[in-house]
Amino acid sequence: MSATLPVQVPLMTEFVSDRLSKKASRHVKERIIEFLLFSAAAFSVFVTVTIVYVLVKESWVFFQTVPLSDFLFDTQWTPLFDDAHYGIMVLLSGTLTSSAVALLVAIPLGTIIAIYLSEFAGFKLREIAKPFLELLGGVPTIVYGYFALTFLTPLLQKIYPDLPGFNLLSAGLVMGVMIVPYVASLSEDAMRAVPMALREGSYAMGATRLQTALWVVTPAATSGIASAYILGISRAVGETMILAVAAGMQPNLTFNPAEPGATITSYIVQVALGDLPHGSIGYQTIFAAGLTLLLMTLAFNLLGYWLRKHYREVY
Amino acid sequence: MDIEQKLENIRGIIVRAKRWDLFFTLLGILSLMVGVLTFTILFVDMAIEGVPRLSMDFFTSFPSRRAANAGILSAWVGTVLVMLLTALAAVPLGVAAGVYLEEYAPKNWITDIIEINISNLAGIPSIVYGLLALGLFVYYFGFGQSILSAGLTLALLILPVIIVATREAIRSIPQAIHEGSYACGATTWQTVRDHILPYSSAGILTGVILGMARAIGETAPIITIGALTFIAFLPPAPFTGEPPAGLFDWIFAPFTVMPIQMFNWTSRPEAAFTVNAAAAGFVLVFMTLAMNGLAIYLRYRLRKNIKW
Repeated sequence: MSATLPVQVPLMTEFVSDRLSKKASRHVKERIIEFLLFSAAAFSVFVTVTIVYVLVKESWVFFQTVPLSDFLFDTQWTPLFDDAHYGIMVLLSGTLTSSAVALLVAIPLGTIIAIYLSEFAGFKLREIAKPFLELLGGVPTIVYGYFALTFLTPLLQKIYPDLPGFNLLSAGLVMGVMIVPYVASLSEDAMRAVPMALREGSYAMGATRLQTALWVVTPAATSGIASAYILGISRAVGETMILAVAAGMQPNLTFNPAEPGATITSYIVQVALGDLPHGSIGYQTIFAAGLTLLLMTLAFNLLGYWLRKHYREVY
Repeated sequence: MDIEQKLENIRGIIVRAKRWDLFFTLLGILSLMVGVLTFTILFVDMAIEGVPRLSMDFFTSFPSRRAANAGILSAWVGTVLVMLLTALAAVPLGVAAGVYLEEYAPKNWITDIIEINISNLAGIPSIVYGLLALGLFVYYFGFGQSILSAGLTLALLILPVIIVATREAIRSIPQAIHEGSYACGATTWQTVRDHILPYSSAGILTGVILGMARAIGETAPIITIGALTFIAFLPPAPFTGEPPAGLFDWIFAPFTVMPIQMFNWTSRPEAAFTVNAAAAGFVLVFMTLAMNGLAIYLRYRLRKNIKW
């Protein structure tokens, strides 16, 4: 913001020191810096464009050999066998099943924790609980995977002895716990943004804290809570290591969480761990799978954006 | 219905409402406990299994086919080097982008696109970044499965975290500081350099630490670019070896990192390797917790000390 001062002191001009006179170099330097900073910000757009370009380019080659209808409707996923089938449904079923289990844990727990922290808990408890939730969200997912495989699965096997060593259930449950902090923290932020006057009005009518929370605060914070849920969903869909470690990596068209299964993400890991030559069809499948994943998360992100825009209560 | 009975009804409603209130309080504490308990079990379980395995040898040995001799030397060296490159790439870019969006950006559609794009980038699964890196860094730029590819991949991954942290830190500086600086005739860049960046540095640092804590535990994108899981050598140190390695030869070296080493041990069936996985996991969790803890402490200090 190089403001040009409208001050004109014609008689004194010769006394203006050199340091204060308007310099072209100063202006140019400002412009160069602004351009550099703009480039840094624009770089993020470049990243997105490159992601889409790389995925579409490799998938394009893939779809030259595999018709889209096979990709969408085939019920087998055996890209590395001689009799190759490319039915993404198989991987999608694993992704959806594990995500559903995770969300069944994360959404109720996350919402209850958010309501509790925002409407019930005292200042002290909240000050301790929020950073703690953050720590919980910061644990590397590979560690959660280890936990699901070596602790939770044996525990579940005691209750339900037929459970295989790799299964979507235990991976999904641990994934749910991993997502709780995200859902809780974002929902809590949304609830805390609801103005105090609304709560006071409700209390003045004789409502209890629970009634206020459920019938006043939660409806007012709907858009924020919904976008917290959507973030949780896209976390679940994109989660990789927990599933790669604890759910096994066999493609399995099933919606039964007590079975092992591969997801889109764990398939990519499996292929990357092997040594597939660059440019082979197996190499291209991971880009097609990645594109599917990107489209899914993009759809959720757009939905979240739309929800925020249209259901936002403005006070 | 006489007044007495009406009162009785109202009392009933109040008692019931209060009972629900109490019930929910308990439910809330219980839910919180589920989180706390899971974390405690996870940590304690891993500590019991892994801590006895932690010795000096564990940190100074290469991975081995025999579980008892295996260590995490190549893994932790790899992690440190990858993190170094990640920070070098992500911090300047992220801070510059954050400063641009807060201090320079005009209100127009280009700015809108950049902003929507950044929040969108934050929602893209990490494995997709791995695919990007595989196509771009590994094959197109020809960096191969090197420390450089991994560092840049993780840098892209944490870029949104750093941008958002920078913007929040800058936004917490009162408008009067800007105005004062401009009133003294400073240009935008002088204002940013002499006022905005110094005052927001602690907030930015917090964001950087959080971003690095995330990057340190990321496994999927690094596996996707094809990092090896069994590395029994270190990247060449500058000016050593025969012929002497150049100053930057290490950035093109093959590598492994802590989470990949842990993944490798976790996916082996022998129990002895599970112990190694627990030990590596304990070190990893300790590192991320320390970083997160530091960030939380910094934020707490910041909130306490600065009163504009």
